Amino acid sequence: MNKTVIFLLDGEVIEGSPGKTILEAAEDAGKYIPRLCAYKGLAPHGSCRVCTVLVNGRPQASCIQPIADGIVVESESAEVRELRRGVIEMLFVEGNHFCMCCEKSGNCELQALAYRFGITAPRYPYLFPKREVDATHPYILLDRNRCIQCGRCVRASRDVDGKNVFQFGGRGAGKRIAVNAAGGLGKTDAAVIDQAIEVCPVGAILRKRVGFRVPVGKRKFDHQPIGSDIEGKAGPTAV
Amino acid sequence: MEKPRIATTSLAGCFGCHMSLLDIDARILDLAELVEFHKSPINDIKAFDQHCAVGLIEGGCCNEENVKVLREFRRNCDILVSVGDCAIMGGIPAMRNLVPLEECLQEAYLNGPTVFNPSKRIPNDPEIPLLLEKVYPCHEVVEIDYHLPGCPPPADTLWEALGALLKGNPIELSYELIKYD
Repeated sequence: MNKTVIFLLDGEVIEGSPGKTILEAAEDAGKYIPRLCAYKGLAPHGSCRVCTVLVNGRPQASCIQPIADGIVVESESAEVRELRRGVIEMLFVEGNHFCMCCEKSGNCELQALAYRFGITAPRYPYLFPKREVDATHPYILLDRNRCIQCGRCVRASRDVDGKNVFQFGGRGAGKRIAVNAAGGLGKTDAAVIDQAIEVCPVGAILRKRVGFRVPVGKRKFDHQPIGSDIEGKAGPTAV
Repeated sequence: MEKPRIATTSLAGCFGCHMSLLDIDARILDLAELVEFHKSPINDIKAFDQHCAVGLIEGGCCNEENVKVLREFRRNCDILVSVGDCAIMGGIPAMRNLVPLEECLQEAYLNGPTVFNPSKRIPNDPEIPLLLEKVYPCHEVVEIDYHLPGCPPPADTLWEALGALLKGNPIELSYELIKYD
Protein backbone atom coordinates (compact mmCIF):
# COMPACT_ATOMS: atom_id res chain seq x y z
CA MET A 1 0.00 0.00 0.00
CA ASN A 2 3.00 2.32 -0.41
CA LYS A 3 1.93 3.21 -3.91
CA THR A 4 0.85 6.80 -4.42
CA VAL A 5 -2.23 7.79 -6.35
CA ILE A 6 -1.69 10.31 -9.12
CA PHE A 7 -4.47 12.52 -10.39
CA LEU A 8 -5.03 15.90 -12.03
CA LEU A 9 -6.41 18.85 -10.06
CA ASP A 10 -7.13 21.90 -12.20
CA GLY A 11 -4.53 20.70 -14.68
CA GLU A 12 -1.87 20.15 -12.02
CA VAL A 13 -0.48 16.69 -11.20
CA ILE A 14 -1.17 15.83 -7.56
CA GLU A 15 0.18 12.82 -5.66
CA GLY A 16 -1.75 11.45 -2.71
CA SER A 17 -1.75 8.39 -0.50
CA PRO A 18 -4.39 5.77 -1.27
CA GLY A 19 -7.58 6.10 0.75
CA LYS A 20 -7.42 9.88 1.03
CA THR A 21 -10.36 11.92 -0.17
CA ILE A 22 -9.94 14.47 -2.94
CA LEU A 23 -10.36 17.24 -0.37
CA GLU A 24 -7.62 15.82 1.87
CA ALA A 25 -5.19 15.14 -0.96
CA ALA A 26 -5.74 18.65 -2.35
CA GLU A 27 -5.17 20.13 1.09
CA ASP A 28 -1.90 18.19 1.49
CA ALA A 29 -0.79 19.75 -1.79
CA GLY A 30 -1.63 23.24 -0.54
CA LYS A 31 -4.86 23.53 -2.53
CA TYR A 32 -7.89 24.74 -0.63
CA ILE A 33 -11.29 23.36 -1.58
CA PRO A 34 -14.04 25.33 0.20
CA ARG A 35 -16.05 23.26 2.70
CA LEU A 36 -18.52 23.62 5.53
CA CYS A 37 -19.58 20.20 6.82
CA ALA A 38 -16.10 18.68 6.50
CA TYR A 39 -13.90 19.07 9.57
CA LYS A 40 -10.53 17.53 10.28
CA GLY A 41 -10.89 14.66 12.75
CA LEU A 42 -14.60 14.10 12.10
CA ALA A 43 -16.05 11.45 9.80
CA PRO A 44 -16.97 13.02 6.43
CA HIS A 45 -20.65 13.78 5.96
CA GLY A 46 -21.02 14.96 2.36
CA SER A 47 -24.07 17.07 3.10
CA CYS A 48 -23.28 20.75 2.50
CA ARG A 49 -22.00 20.27 -1.08
CA VAL A 50 -19.81 23.38 -0.85
CA CYS A 51 -16.78 21.17 -1.61
CA THR A 52 -18.30 20.01 -4.89
CA VAL A 53 -15.75 19.40 -7.66
CA LEU A 54 -16.12 17.92 -11.12
CA VAL A 55 -14.55 14.45 -11.28
CA ASN A 56 -14.18 13.46 -14.91
CA GLY A 57 -16.93 15.98 -15.58
CA ARG A 58 -19.35 14.75 -12.90
CA PRO A 59 -20.17 16.76 -9.77
CA GLN A 60 -18.96 14.98 -6.61
CA ALA A 61 -18.52 16.03 -2.99
CA SER A 62 -14.72 16.04 -2.64
CA CYS A 63 -14.90 15.41 1.13
CA ILE A 64 -16.27 11.89 0.60
CA GLN A 65 -14.89 10.98 -2.83
CA PRO A 66 -11.62 9.01 -2.58
CA ILE A 67 -8.80 9.82 -4.97
CA ALA A 68 -8.12 7.38 -7.79
CA ASP A 69 -5.37 7.07 -10.38
CA GLY A 70 -5.89 9.19 -13.46
CA ILE A 71 -9.04 11.06 -12.43
CA VAL A 72 -9.38 14.60 -13.73
CA VAL A 73 -10.63 16.94 -11.02
CA GLU A 74 -11.89 20.45 -11.68
CA SER A 75 -12.14 22.72 -8.65
CA GLU A 76 -11.37 26.35 -9.42
CA SER A 77 -13.14 26.65 -12.77
CA ALA A 78 -15.82 29.29 -13.33
CA GLU A 79 -18.49 26.57 -13.51
CA VAL A 80 -17.57 24.97 -10.17
CA ARG A 81 -17.16 28.32 -8.45
CA GLU A 82 -20.62 29.28 -9.60
CA LEU A 83 -22.09 26.00 -8.26
CA ARG A 84 -20.49 26.61 -4.87
CA ARG A 85 -21.53 30.22 -4.80
CA GLY A 86 -25.12 29.15 -5.40
CA VAL A 87 -24.96 26.70 -2.48
CA ILE A 88 -23.58 29.39 -0.15
CA GLU A 89 -26.30 31.84 -1.22
CA MET A 90 -28.96 29.19 -0.59
CA LEU A 91 -27.62 28.63 2.93
CA PHE A 92 -28.00 32.35 3.61
CA VAL A 93 -31.63 32.65 2.45
CA GLU A 94 -32.69 29.35 4.02
CA GLY A 95 -31.90 30.41 7.61
CA ASN A 96 -32.05 33.65 9.57
CA HIS A 97 -28.51 34.96 9.39
CA PHE A 98 -28.46 38.38 11.03
CA CYS A 99 -24.68 38.84 10.87
CA MET A 100 -24.82 42.38 12.22
CA CYS A 101 -25.73 41.18 15.71
CA CYS A 102 -24.27 37.66 15.72
CA GLU A 103 -21.50 36.83 18.19
CA LYS A 104 -19.85 34.58 15.61
CA SER A 105 -19.48 37.35 13.03
CA GLY A 106 -15.87 37.60 11.89
CA ASN A 107 -15.18 34.03 12.99
CA CYS A 108 -18.06 32.40 11.08
CA GLU A 109 -17.13 29.98 8.31
CA LEU A 110 -20.35 30.54 6.33
CA GLN A 111 -19.80 34.31 6.38
CA ALA A 112 -16.11 33.82 5.57
CA LEU A 113 -17.00 31.74 2.51
CA ALA A 114 -19.39 34.45 1.33
CA TYR A 115 -16.56 36.98 1.74
CA ARG A 116 -14.16 34.71 -0.14
CA PHE A 117 -16.63 34.41 -2.99
CA GLY A 118 -17.29 38.17 -2.96
CA ILE A 119 -21.03 37.71 -2.42
CA THR A 120 -22.72 41.06 -1.82
CA ALA A 121 -26.31 39.76 -1.98
CA PRO A 122 -27.91 36.37 -2.68
CA ARG A 123 -29.82 35.84 -5.89
CA TYR A 124 -32.60 33.91 -4.12
CA PRO A 125 -35.47 35.35 -2.05
CA TYR A 126 -35.11 35.20 1.72
CA LEU A 127 -37.35 32.61 3.38
CA PHE A 128 -37.27 33.92 6.98
CA PRO A 129 -38.23 30.52 8.43
CA LYS A 130 -39.48 30.08 11.98
CA ARG A 131 -36.78 28.30 14.01
CA GLU A 132 -36.50 27.58 17.72
CA VAL A 133 -33.86 28.90 20.11
CA ASP A 134 -32.81 26.68 23.03
CA ALA A 135 -31.27 28.67 25.89
CA THR A 136 -31.95 26.07 28.61
CA HIS A 137 -28.27 25.21 29.14
CA PRO A 138 -26.49 27.53 31.59
CA TYR A 139 -23.32 27.82 29.49
CA ILE A 140 -24.33 26.92 25.92
CA LEU A 141 -26.78 28.56 23.51
CA LEU A 142 -28.41 26.66 20.64
CA ASP A 143 -29.85 29.06 18.05
CA ARG A 144 -31.37 27.10 15.17
CA ASN A 145 -31.93 30.33 13.19
CA ARG A 146 -28.23 30.21 12.31
CA CYS A 147 -27.93 26.44 11.88
CA ILE A 148 -26.91 25.19 8.43
CA GLN A 149 -27.49 21.50 9.25
CA CYS A 150 -23.86 20.57 8.57
CA GLY A 151 -23.98 17.86 11.24
CA ARG A 152 -20.54 18.64 12.70
CA CYS A 153 -22.00 18.75 16.23
CA VAL A 154 -23.83 15.46 15.65
CA ARG A 155 -20.63 13.69 14.59
CA ALA A 156 -18.42 15.32 17.22
CA SER A 157 -20.83 14.51 20.04
CA ARG A 158 -21.22 10.92 18.88
CA ASP A 159 -17.65 10.08 17.86
CA VAL A 160 -15.43 12.39 19.92
CA ASP A 161 -17.36 13.29 23.06
CA GLY A 162 -19.17 9.93 23.18
CA LYS A 163 -22.35 11.64 24.34
CA ASN A 164 -24.83 11.71 21.45
CA VAL A 165 -26.18 15.08 22.60
CA PHE A 166 -27.15 16.26 19.11
CA GLN A 167 -29.11 14.49 16.41
CA PHE A 168 -31.12 15.46 13.35
CA GLY A 169 -34.90 15.48 13.62
CA GLY A 170 -37.52 16.00 10.92
CA ARG A 171 -37.27 15.55 7.16
CA GLY A 172 -36.48 17.68 4.10
CA ALA A 173 -37.01 21.39 4.61
CA GLY A 174 -38.27 20.64 8.14
CA LYS A 175 -35.00 18.98 9.18
CA ARG A 176 -33.59 20.51 12.38
CA ILE A 177 -30.91 19.87 14.97
CA ALA A 178 -32.51 18.13 17.95
CA VAL A 179 -31.11 17.35 21.40
CA ASN A 180 -31.51 14.07 23.26
CA ALA A 181 -33.62 15.37 26.16
CA ALA A 182 -37.23 16.52 26.24
CA GLY A 183 -36.32 19.46 28.48
CA GLY A 184 -33.85 20.93 25.98
CA LEU A 185 -30.06 21.23 25.89
CA GLY A 186 -29.90 22.05 29.61
CA LYS A 187 -31.21 18.58 30.44
CA THR A 188 -28.57 16.79 28.34
CA ASP A 189 -25.04 16.07 29.53
CA ALA A 190 -23.60 18.63 27.08
CA ALA A 191 -20.59 20.43 28.58
CA VAL A 192 -19.03 23.69 27.52
CA ILE A 193 -15.69 21.97 26.75
CA ASP A 194 -17.26 19.40 24.39
CA GLN A 195 -15.85 19.16 20.89
CA ALA A 196 -19.45 19.37 19.63
CA ILE A 197 -19.57 22.97 20.86
CA GLU A 198 -16.17 23.83 19.41
CA VAL A 199 -16.80 22.63 15.85
CA CYS A 200 -19.94 24.62 14.96
CA PRO A 201 -18.94 26.64 11.86
CA VAL A 202 -21.66 29.27 12.41
CA GLY A 203 -23.25 30.96 15.41
CA ALA A 204 -25.78 28.16 16.04
CA ILE A 205 -23.96 26.66 19.04
CA LEU A 206 -22.25 29.28 21.16
CA ARG A 207 -20.61 29.45 24.54
CA LYS A 208 -22.49 31.98 26.62
CA ARG A 209 -20.92 35.13 28.10
CA VAL A 210 -17.82 35.21 25.88
CA GLY A 211 -19.39 36.94 22.85
CA PHE A 212 -17.66 39.89 21.19
CA ARG A 213 -14.52 39.25 23.25
CA VAL A 214 -12.30 39.68 20.18
CA PRO A 215 -12.54 43.21 18.73
CA VAL A 216 -13.41 43.91 15.09
CA GLY A 217 -10.21 43.85 13.07
CA LYS A 218 -8.66 41.02 15.09
CA ARG A 219 -11.14 38.27 14.31
CA LYS A 220 -10.24 35.18 12.30
CA PHE A 221 -11.48 36.29 8.89
CA ASP A 222 -11.24 40.10 9.15
CA HIS A 223 -8.17 40.30 6.91
CA GLN A 224 -7.40 36.78 5.63
CA PRO A 225 -9.87 34.83 3.48
CA ILE A 226 -10.88 31.41 4.76
CA GLY A 227 -8.53 28.77 3.37
CA SER A 228 -5.49 31.08 3.41
CA ASP A 229 -3.81 28.85 6.00
CA ILE A 230 -4.03 25.86 3.65
CA GLU A 231 -2.96 27.85 0.60
CA GLY A 232 -0.10 29.35 2.65
CA LYS A 233 1.42 25.88 3.07
CA ALA A 234 1.96 25.60 -0.66
CA GLY A 235 4.79 28.12 -0.56
CA PRO A 236 5.32 31.76 -1.52
CA THR A 237 3.53 31.46 -4.87
CA ALA A 238 0.15 30.76 -3.27
CA VAL A 239 -2.47 33.52 -3.41
CA MET B 1 -20.00 69.83 -17.94
CA GLU B 2 -22.94 69.23 -15.63
CA LYS B 3 -22.10 67.34 -12.45
CA PRO B 4 -23.66 63.90 -12.04
CA ARG B 5 -26.51 63.94 -9.55
CA ILE B 6 -26.75 61.60 -6.56
CA ALA B 7 -29.93 60.93 -4.60
CA THR B 8 -30.06 59.10 -1.27
CA THR B 9 -32.79 57.90 1.04
CA SER B 10 -33.27 55.96 4.25
CA LEU B 11 -36.19 53.52 4.14
CA ALA B 12 -36.46 51.02 7.03
CA GLY B 13 -32.98 51.92 8.26
CA CYS B 14 -31.38 53.76 11.16
CA PHE B 15 -29.43 56.41 9.18
CA GLY B 16 -26.24 54.62 10.18
CA CYS B 17 -25.36 54.11 6.50
CA HIS B 18 -25.77 57.85 5.89
CA MET B 19 -23.48 58.43 8.87
CA SER B 20 -20.97 56.10 7.25
CA LEU B 21 -21.11 58.23 4.10
CA LEU B 22 -20.22 61.25 6.26
CA ASP B 23 -17.39 59.12 7.69
CA ILE B 24 -15.42 59.58 4.47
CA ASP B 25 -14.32 62.70 6.39
CA ALA B 26 -12.50 65.40 4.39
CA ARG B 27 -13.08 63.42 1.20
CA ILE B 28 -16.67 64.65 1.34
CA LEU B 29 -15.29 67.97 0.02
CA ASP B 30 -13.88 66.13 -3.01
CA LEU B 31 -17.21 64.38 -3.43
CA ALA B 32 -19.06 67.71 -3.31
CA GLU B 33 -16.75 68.95 -6.10
CA LEU B 34 -17.54 65.93 -8.25
CA VAL B 35 -21.27 65.44 -7.73
CA GLU B 36 -24.41 67.33 -6.95
CA PHE B 37 -26.66 65.94 -4.24
CA HIS B 38 -30.29 65.85 -5.30
CA LYS B 39 -33.18 64.36 -3.26
CA SER B 40 -31.50 63.35 -0.01
CA PRO B 41 -31.81 63.79 3.76
CA ILE B 42 -28.38 65.45 3.58
CA ASN B 43 -29.77 68.57 1.88
CA ASP B 44 -33.45 67.97 2.62
CA ILE B 45 -34.59 68.07 -1.02
CA LYS B 46 -37.95 66.27 -0.82
CA ALA B 47 -38.91 65.50 -4.42
CA PHE B 48 -37.28 64.45 -7.67
CA ASP B 49 -37.45 67.12 -10.38
CA GLN B 50 -34.37 65.94 -12.27
CA HIS B 51 -33.02 62.57 -13.30
CA CYS B 52 -30.11 61.26 -11.19
CA ALA B 53 -27.08 59.17 -12.11
CA VAL B 54 -26.89 57.26 -8.84
CA GLY B 55 -29.42 56.47 -6.11
CA LEU B 56 -28.20 55.16 -2.75
CA ILE B 57 -30.83 53.22 -0.80
CA GLU B 58 -30.44 52.62 2.90
CA GLY B 59 -32.91 50.28 4.63
CA GLY B 60 -35.36 47.68 3.39
CA CYS B 61 -39.11 47.99 2.81
CA CYS B 62 -41.26 47.66 5.92
CA ASN B 63 -44.26 49.78 4.84
CA GLU B 64 -46.12 51.02 1.76
CA GLU B 65 -44.33 54.38 1.87
CA ASN B 66 -40.93 52.61 1.61
CA VAL B 67 -42.13 50.75 -1.51
CA LYS B 68 -43.43 53.99 -3.07
CA VAL B 69 -40.14 55.83 -2.43
CA LEU B 70 -38.06 52.88 -3.66
CA ARG B 71 -40.04 52.68 -6.93
CA GLU B 72 -39.66 56.44 -7.35
CA PHE B 73 -35.89 56.07 -6.95
CA ARG B 74 -35.83 53.28 -9.54
CA ARG B 75 -37.68 55.52 -12.02
CA ASN B 76 -35.42 58.51 -11.38
CA CYS B 77 -31.96 56.94 -11.05
CA ASP B 78 -29.79 55.27 -13.68
CA ILE B 79 -27.90 53.15 -11.16
CA LEU B 80 -29.53 52.05 -7.93
CA VAL B 81 -27.33 50.83 -5.07
CA SER B 82 -28.53 48.95 -1.98
CA VAL B 83 -26.41 50.31 0.85
CA GLY B 84 -26.11 48.26 4.04
CA ASP B 85 -27.52 45.02 5.39
CA CYS B 86 -31.07 46.37 5.91
CA ALA B 87 -31.40 47.22 2.21
CA ILE B 88 -29.80 43.90 1.25
CA MET B 89 -31.47 41.43 3.62
CA GLY B 90 -33.92 43.43 5.75
CA GLY B 91 -31.52 43.73 8.68
CA ILE B 92 -32.69 44.36 12.23
CA PRO B 93 -36.23 45.42 11.12
CA ALA B 94 -36.58 42.04 9.37
CA MET B 95 -36.32 40.28 12.72
CA ARG B 96 -40.05 40.89 12.93
CA ASN B 97 -40.46 38.56 9.95
CA LEU B 98 -40.15 35.69 12.42
CA VAL B 99 -43.31 36.83 14.24
CA PRO B 100 -46.76 37.41 12.65
CA LEU B 101 -47.45 41.16 12.15
CA GLU B 102 -50.56 41.16 14.34
CA GLU B 103 -48.64 39.61 17.23
CA CYS B 104 -45.87 42.20 16.75
CA LEU B 105 -48.30 45.12 17.01
CA GLN B 106 -50.06 43.61 20.00
CA GLU B 107 -46.75 43.19 21.79
CA ALA B 108 -45.65 46.74 20.94
CA TYR B 109 -48.91 48.56 21.76
CA LEU B 110 -50.94 46.31 24.09
CA ASN B 111 -49.15 43.43 25.81
CA GLY B 112 -45.51 44.46 26.19
CA PRO B 113 -44.31 44.72 29.82
CA THR B 114 -43.49 48.45 29.53
CA VAL B 115 -46.51 49.52 27.43
CA PHE B 116 -48.55 52.49 28.70
CA ASN B 117 -51.51 52.82 26.37
CA PRO B 118 -54.79 53.66 28.19
CA SER B 119 -56.72 53.89 24.89
CA LYS B 120 -55.89 50.19 24.19
CA ARG B 121 -55.73 51.09 20.50
CA ILE B 122 -53.11 50.12 17.94
CA PRO B 123 -52.28 53.30 15.93
CA ASN B 124 -54.20 53.29 12.64
CA ASP B 125 -54.31 56.92 11.54
CA PRO B 126 -54.54 57.22 7.73
CA GLU B 127 -51.40 59.43 7.88
CA ILE B 128 -49.35 56.51 9.14
CA PRO B 129 -48.06 54.32 6.30
CA LEU B 130 -49.49 50.80 6.43
CA LEU B 131 -47.00 48.13 7.46
CA LEU B 132 -46.23 45.33 5.02
CA GLU B 133 -46.84 41.81 6.29
CA LYS B 134 -43.07 41.39 6.38
CA VAL B 135 -39.91 43.40 5.72
CA TYR B 136 -38.48 42.98 2.22
CA PRO B 137 -34.94 43.48 0.94
CA CYS B 138 -34.87 46.17 -1.78
CA HIS B 139 -33.88 43.78 -4.57
CA GLU B 140 -37.05 41.78 -3.93
CA VAL B 141 -39.11 44.91 -4.74
CA VAL B 142 -37.24 46.62 -7.61
CA GLU B 143 -34.16 45.78 -9.66
CA ILE B 144 -30.99 46.80 -7.83
CA ASP B 145 -27.71 47.27 -9.70
CA TYR B 146 -25.18 46.99 -6.87
CA HIS B 147 -25.11 45.92 -3.22
CA LEU B 148 -22.74 47.33 -0.61
CA PRO B 149 -23.01 45.08 2.47
CA GLY B 150 -22.14 46.06 6.01
CA CYS B 151 -23.79 47.38 9.13
CA PRO B 152 -22.94 50.02 8.13
CA PRO B 153 -20.73 49.55 5.05
CA PRO B 154 -17.30 50.99 5.87
CA ALA B 155 -16.76 54.57 4.67
CA ASP B 156 -14.03 53.25 2.36
CA THR B 157 -16.53 50.86 0.74
CA LEU B 158 -18.84 53.79 -0.06
CA TRP B 159 -15.92 55.89 -1.29
CA GLU B 160 -14.56 53.11 -3.54
CA ALA B 161 -18.02 52.36 -4.90
CA LEU B 162 -18.90 55.98 -5.68
CA GLY B 163 -15.44 56.51 -7.17
CA ALA B 164 -15.89 53.57 -9.52
CA LEU B 165 -19.38 54.68 -10.60
CA LEU B 166 -18.23 58.27 -11.25
CA LYS B 167 -15.48 56.93 -13.51
CA GLY B 168 -18.06 54.80 -15.32
CA ASN B 169 -16.54 51.57 -14.01
CA PRO B 170 -18.35 48.63 -12.39
CA ILE B 171 -18.04 48.38 -8.60
CA GLU B 172 -15.46 45.76 -7.62
CA LEU B 173 -14.84 45.53 -3.90
CA SER B 174 -11.68 44.01 -2.43
CA TYR B 175 -11.84 41.34 0.32
CA GLU B 176 -11.54 43.83 3.17
CA LEU B 177 -14.39 45.99 1.89
CA ILE B 178 -17.06 43.25 1.87
CA LYS B 179 -18.24 42.85 5.47
CA TYR B 180 -21.63 41.84 6.83
CA ASP B 181 -21.24 43.55 10.21
